[in-house]
Amino acid sequence: MWDFVVDRREQLLINAWNHAYLVILAVLFATVIAVVLAVVVTRLPKVEPVANAVSAAGLTIPSFALIGLLLPVTGLGDVTALVAVTFYAVLPILRNAIVGLQGVEPGLVESARGMGMSEPMTLLRIKLPLAWPVILSGIRVSLQMSMGVAAIAAYVLGPGLGAWIFQGLTQVGGKNAVNYALSATIGIVLLALILDLALLLVGRLTTSKGVRV
Amino acid sequence: MTTMESTDKQQHTVSGAEITLDGVSKIYRGQQAPAVDNISLTVPAGEIVMFVGPSGCGKTTTLKMINRLIEPTSGTISIGGENIRAKKVDELRRTIGYVIQGGSLFPHMSVAKNISIVPKLLGWNTSRVKDRVDELLDLVGLDAAKYRDRYPRELSGGQQQRVGVARGLAADPPVILMDEPFGAVDPITRQRLQDELLSIQRELHKTIVCVTHDIDEAIKLGDRVLILQEGAHVAQYDTPEVVLSSPANDFAQDFVGAGSSLKRLSLARIADLELKTPTTAKVGDSTAQVRSRAEANGDGSVIVLDDRNRPLGWPWLRQLTGEKIVQPSGDLINLDSRATLNDALDTMLVSGHGGAVVTGDRDAYLGVIDFKTVTDFIEEMQREAETETKAAPAAGSDEHPASRISIAPTDEELDGGREG
Repeated sequence: MWDFVVDRREQLLINAWNHAYLVILAVLFATVIAVVLAVVVTRLPKVEPVANAVSAAGLTIPSFALIGLLLPVTGLGDVTALVAVTFYAVLPILRNAIVGLQGVEPGLVESARGMGMSEPMTLLRIKLPLAWPVILSGIRVSLQMSMGVAAIAAYVLGPGLGAWIFQGLTQVGGKNAVNYALSATIGIVLLALILDLALLLVGRLTTSKGVRV
Repeated sequence: MTTMESTDKQQHTVSGAEITLDGVSKIYRGQQAPAVDNISLTVPAGEIVMFVGPSGCGKTTTLKMINRLIEPTSGTISIGGENIRAKKVDELRRTIGYVIQGGSLFPHMSVAKNISIVPKLLGWNTSRVKDRVDELLDLVGLDAAKYRDRYPRELSGGQQQRVGVARGLAADPPVILMDEPFGAVDPITRQRLQDELLSIQRELHKTIVCVTHDIDEAIKLGDRVLILQEGAHVAQYDTPEVVLSSPANDFAQDFVGAGSSLKRLSLARIADLELKTPTTAKVGDSTAQVRSRAEANGDGSVIVLDDRNRPLGWPWLRQLTGEKIVQPSGDLINLDSRATLNDALDTMLVSGHGGAVVTGDRDAYLGVIDFKTVTDFIEEMQREAETETKAAPAAGSDEHPASRISIAPTDEELDGGREG
């Protein structure tokens, strides 16, 4: 297997890079979408149970099924992969962002407003920074999950390491079948660990010392 | 000490603004009875007015209508003659200090950032903001160099509350609103914070509106006390002396409560009494000299002061070891000169010296009040009351406030007085 990897290291690196790129992009989009949704949801108490139900139910949709549903809309390729990964990535972040924003002590918000901070300012400077550690742990969960979902996305010719897994599966019994599947899988696991570490570092840099656990 | 100078200048130029409420009502949506029913009130400039009443009486609602956190259903409120609806709401709030229970500091911001929020909103430049933060920390008795970069969770409850007060004062607002500011701290810290507030007010002369449910706190801090009953109906609005000696109705009477004679101890301030001046020493003085000075004065202990005349400790002579006087260990509980005799008795009970150290502006040492001075004063009050009673027997029922003062109040009475 070592020879297999060394022989194809360039392709492997390109695939790994594409995989990481897809996941990072999807998680970034998902973070923005989830935080915006959470802000809206926490302002409308009636919508909140709906949002929680959707984010719980959403995770039960098999990724294969979703990708299949997306095919007629977005066709084969990168866009479908990105949309599918983003969809799953939103769910854990959304749930955490709602919990995080609701966890901000009302007295602090009232204090901020009472001191003359406008509502958007209160959101940006008080609520979001205080909810950030909780949101961030949602992002970490989301990132790990997206790694796997992105592999499935190779089914619709999305980018990344998933392609080798499917190649291995279609060639079962063939000479390199196990090598393809295994090297891609290990690659995904390694990538997940590296990105999680990077996210830990980002968290450390973006979380105030005053609220760090 | 540029920061000290600038405060001294402000002392005379800045004072509070008058607040008037005219026929103000608040009916919450979905409720029949108004939370606040047609209240009219004037809070004079530069005074502390305490809103006191049972929970649900509308005192907090009334307070929050002043900075428009709650909008009145009807009526007008003005500050310094200007209707509060004339300005944009955020601009209005930046000119009103707001201090709530526990300080409510933002945990993700350092002490300096917390304090500088409003000055920054008002567009002050960085160096001015920085100077102001240091000045305020000094004002509330915290060492700026030590505390400015700390986070709230690294502070004790009392320190957090001090920073909360500093934050309320940050942009030098004419009006400060306080909502149960000292509710979340232990009794000794609370007494100290109250003393400090009085000391700060002596310097700044702001208009302070403060909500409390503690009648003792109201009597101690207030230039005037507003007793509210349900629906924010004014039961009585008067000076603490009048509130204690002649409650306006049954409600006020009940609220002021039994033991109001003991509460009158809260009216007499330490400043009214003569202070003793025992031997003092500065950190770094020669121990031998200090010892001989104390012995010449007949004192068994000395009060150690720091370079800015603030008391640090009160060691016995036998505790003075080493060549030079060092900073004593342990916490010294001192009293502000505006503290009440009630506080003085409390503090003396925990002090081993049968007395308490009294401080003035910015914790500067003034002298010592001892147990005998206080009991003599009480005896005097009692004698005066007796002569008054004899002169006017009609007024001398057993309800006469001064006639019930006992020379040595029992613990039970002290407790009752504290809880009100």
